[in-house]
Amino acid sequence: MRIFDPHIHMTSRTTDDYEAMHEAGVRAVVEPAFWLGQPRTSPASFIDYFDSLLGWEPFRAAQYGIAHHCALALNPKEANDPHCTPVLDHLPRYLLKDQVVAVGEIGYDSMTPAEDLALEHQLQLAADHGLPALVHTPHRDKLAGLRRTLDAVRASALPVERVLLDHLNETTVKEAKDSGSWLGFSVYPDTKMDEERMVAVIKTFGPEKVLVNSAADWGRSDPLKTRRVGDALLAAGFDEDDVDLVLWRNPVAFYGLSGRLSLDVTATDATHEGNSILRGGE
Amino acid sequence: MIHHRTSAPPTTHPALATPSDLRGHLNAHLADTRRAWLGGALDEAADHPGTHGPISVWELRLAEAGRRCGTEYADAVRVLILHAARADTDALTRVYRQGTADERRAVLHALPHLVPGPDALHLVEDALRTNDTRLVAAALGPYAARHLAPHHWRHAVLKCLFTGVPVDEIADLARRAHGDTELARMLGDYADERTAAGRPVPEDLYRVLALTAPPPADENGLDGKET
Repeated sequence: MRIFDPHIHMTSRTTDDYEAMHEAGVRAVVEPAFWLGQPRTSPASFIDYFDSLLGWEPFRAAQYGIAHHCALALNPKEANDPHCTPVLDHLPRYLLKDQVVAVGEIGYDSMTPAEDLALEHQLQLAADHGLPALVHTPHRDKLAGLRRTLDAVRASALPVERVLLDHLNETTVKEAKDSGSWLGFSVYPDTKMDEERMVAVIKTFGPEKVLVNSAADWGRSDPLKTRRVGDALLAAGFDEDDVDLVLWRNPVAFYGLSGRLSLDVTATDATHEGNSILRGGE
Repeated sequence: MIHHRTSAPPTTHPALATPSDLRGHLNAHLADTRRAWLGGALDEAADHPGTHGPISVWELRLAEAGRRCGTEYADAVRVLILHAARADTDALTRVYRQGTADERRAVLHALPHLVPGPDALHLVEDALRTNDTRLVAAALGPYAARHLAPHHWRHAVLKCLFTGVPVDEIADLARRAHGDTELARMLGDYADERTAAGRPVPEDLYRVLALTAPPPADENGLDGKET
């Protein structure tokens, strides 16, 4: 089973995770820029973070035979903080980089006017840079949030077919699918979606344009949830081609809209003696 | 583990080959559309080397070089763009600081072509502080061989052994290691440390250690295999 996790925050994960992910079949990931848990206090902190997503993190991933790309943006939560919003002025030069395959995560957290502005601005940046957008849908007041998100997308220069609406669930999937967007589902141990509900959603709505991610980060989450969903789909009677569509071909097609996806990771051996992840001397 | 270039002929190495050789190599290997893009990018960089607005046009080309020409040619393409733009130390520093790991590596490869003196050593030192083996290897090209101070250079050699960068990546290794008794001491101590821990000593360590030996004063040829 080949797996592309289209939304995972590897910066917050360990090399054990990379090893287990490779073992489970993960060969590619996209890491969207997000909130760090601890609020940032200046754009400089974003810049170091973006540099890491374009430097150290793909290097780490390559040690484990995993291709790493990123999506960059000012996240919805920090769009409300005037200490952070100046990072929008730095985004254009970052969105030129080879490994940036989308603008994201953008979208709504609390649906404030500041979030409206950041979302509009960044949808335009995506259109200007020929990039698709990864759009987070809010956890609170979810259906209203989805509708407001779709209104913002429709008012923007970015076609909805170049948008991945993420964190969907049973209450939002139908309207999202009717919009023509790509459909993202985050599978978590406790919150968001779980494997069995994911199978039920795919039974009802089909596997077309569906992407499943672990959204694993610093919170309680599991980077192997993509594999669990693949196993659950097979157990429920889906065939390997369906699983490959959801776990590989759909994410490749969506991020491939950028024209920048490069999946030929330089083969490395995780146990290579000279692995610099070991820092040497160990 | 570094990249495939280690096994390529040395004439195509972006830090060692001349810009005209690099251009010839790329012209011979790039598909038509990619070759045309490269030609346009180099003309543009030569015609407009300065900054216009927030970012110069050749810096845009530098950023997209990988997807335009293919990742396997990106280093050489970027070196040529920097060369065509006649990037000075200030421009190279800006590009490095704002660059991805790939762009930073290209800047390091471009140093011997563009900076005659030691002014850009801060970029080499920055790369040597990282643990990204692609950057560490690129930092130890001909520019570092020429200008890096002995203390930093010795630590860089040791870092290669620590992180698995093949010492063949270090430009001018034999000349700089020759007669370096301090490097020999550091290598010996590291070998002792590995042995005490029950761990293998990297083969490369003994190769460098042999290079540090001064030639026998009057027994030339007896064991002077590395000189």
